[in-house]
Amino acid sequence: MTAVVLNSVSMTFNPGTAREVNALDGIDLSIAEGEFVSLIGPSGCGKSTLLRLVANLVEPTAGTIIVNGTSAGQARRDHTYGMAFQQAGLFDWRNVRRNVELPLELAGWDRGRRRERAEEMLALVKLDDFADHMPWQLSGGMQQRVAIARALATHPPLLLMDEPFGALDEMTREHMQAELLRIREATGSTIVFVTHSIPEAVYLSDRVVVMSPRPGRITRIVDIALTGGRDDDTREDQAFFAGITEVRESLRAVEGYHSHGGVDDR
Amino acid sequence: MLRRAARKTILFVVAVFAVGCVWELYKVIGPVDGGSVFGWKIIPKASDRAMPHTWDMIARLLEPENRSGGSPIAVTVAGYSWYTLRLAAVGLLVGGIVGIGLAVLMARWRIASRAILPWVIMSQTVPLIALAPQVVSWSGKIELFGWEWPRWASVCALAAFLSFFPVAVGTLKGLTSVPAASLELMETYAVPWRVTLMKLRFPAAVPFIIPSLKLAATLSVVGVIVAEISTGIRGGIGRAVLSYQQASTGDAEKIYSAVFGAAALGLALFGSVVLLEVIVNRNRPREAT
Repeated sequence: MTAVVLNSVSMTFNPGTAREVNALDGIDLSIAEGEFVSLIGPSGCGKSTLLRLVANLVEPTAGTIIVNGTSAGQARRDHTYGMAFQQAGLFDWRNVRRNVELPLELAGWDRGRRRERAEEMLALVKLDDFADHMPWQLSGGMQQRVAIARALATHPPLLLMDEPFGALDEMTREHMQAELLRIREATGSTIVFVTHSIPEAVYLSDRVVVMSPRPGRITRIVDIALTGGRDDDTREDQAFFAGITEVRESLRAVEGYHSHGGVDDR
Repeated sequence: MLRRAARKTILFVVAVFAVGCVWELYKVIGPVDGGSVFGWKIIPKASDRAMPHTWDMIARLLEPENRSGGSPIAVTVAGYSWYTLRLAAVGLLVGGIVGIGLAVLMARWRIASRAILPWVIMSQTVPLIALAPQVVSWSGKIELFGWEWPRWASVCALAAFLSFFPVAVGTLKGLTSVPAASLELMETYAVPWRVTLMKLRFPAAVPFIIPSLKLAATLSVVGVIVAEISTGIRGGIGRAVLSYQQASTGDAEKIYSAVFGAAALGLALFGSVVLLEVIVNRNRPREAT
């Protein structure tokens, strides 16, 4: 089964008004189960909108979206995906464990099962010692790990991530990327990942979807062929650099790449 | 936490002492019979009748209400304050519930906010003194399920009328300034608005609700005292202010006993909100407190 299928999806905001914005136009994309796909492109290319369409936070103007074999709306109601944002968005008034328990609580799980699952998720993101801490006592990277644990708490087959490491410093960011791949290894989740960073996209992904703005279109899909497991040495691998070059050249071809500078080379 | 509380207490005592010093200083340098600036009589009289010595006010607290005898006036005033405090607490409770209820309605439906908010703001332009006699006249006229509307309930209603306002405005602000990302997260869970309200909007609004309740607490006390004075209801501090005022010719210090009582009960109600704040904020970042 394919995890996500988008069929001729278009998205226009404020149609028929002066503020009409054609955010996405004729998007066809299918993502296999267990695949890691990154969406990259300059600001305004609609990559975040595309993720929100898959999450059913907005409805497309045209086209169909299938998520985990059902409509996007049904997938949202069935909690078959988890989502993480650039801001960890933890609730200040709940400790770490109860933040992870939030989706379980809303899905009506009883206290014992909730607690057990939260412990399991916190162990997965290596924060089991911080269950009773309050979010504001944690570093940015740790908060983002809690957010990932929360997104995966119901064991959804699909994880949607909107620039989750965008606010982190470079060292933490690379560490988090490695952690994410480890978590993915452990859970087998399909991951759709929006990013501004070319090395991040190449390091993490099986495929990198390059997008262009106004209207948002897919210009190219780059297959990343990194051999073996990915670790810190991967970042110095020839195939890694080849991937970066290929994505960068695809982006160069995109109109607006220079004028907007929305993608960084970090 | 405890050291901070101790420092605050010391600062409070120092501030009260400073006010007393300024008072006494004015008595030394101020004109005994007052004075005028450009024809306006705005310079207060420094005479012992208009401005008794601070130590005389304190000494007066220990003397009986009527010079004939009985327990110290401090005890009598404490009784009045206790009566007024209870009415103010009920007023604050009702005002708080009404204020939060209106805020929820306004946060839920934009149209409700457009319909209610102008009335909420306009309500505060009506002088309480004009309203008081009407509301007090309810007693004896209204019967709810065999419960006859008592006069004290009118006083509470007037206090609630003052105190609901900051709560409504503050809570609305809190309920609607939740980060967009948090709202989006709740949307991914496909939960109804009610659940988002309880799990996200209310807890996120606490830093806005608490200060509005502090404001409401002092307003509730003001409301009860004004309502007591303008309706002449007995038993509370408002009535004491009224009758002590009448005695001021021969016993100038007497009214300050009632003023101290009113200040103390205002602090008591305010303090109860601070206590609530400490309880709900025990796990929150320091910035929010």
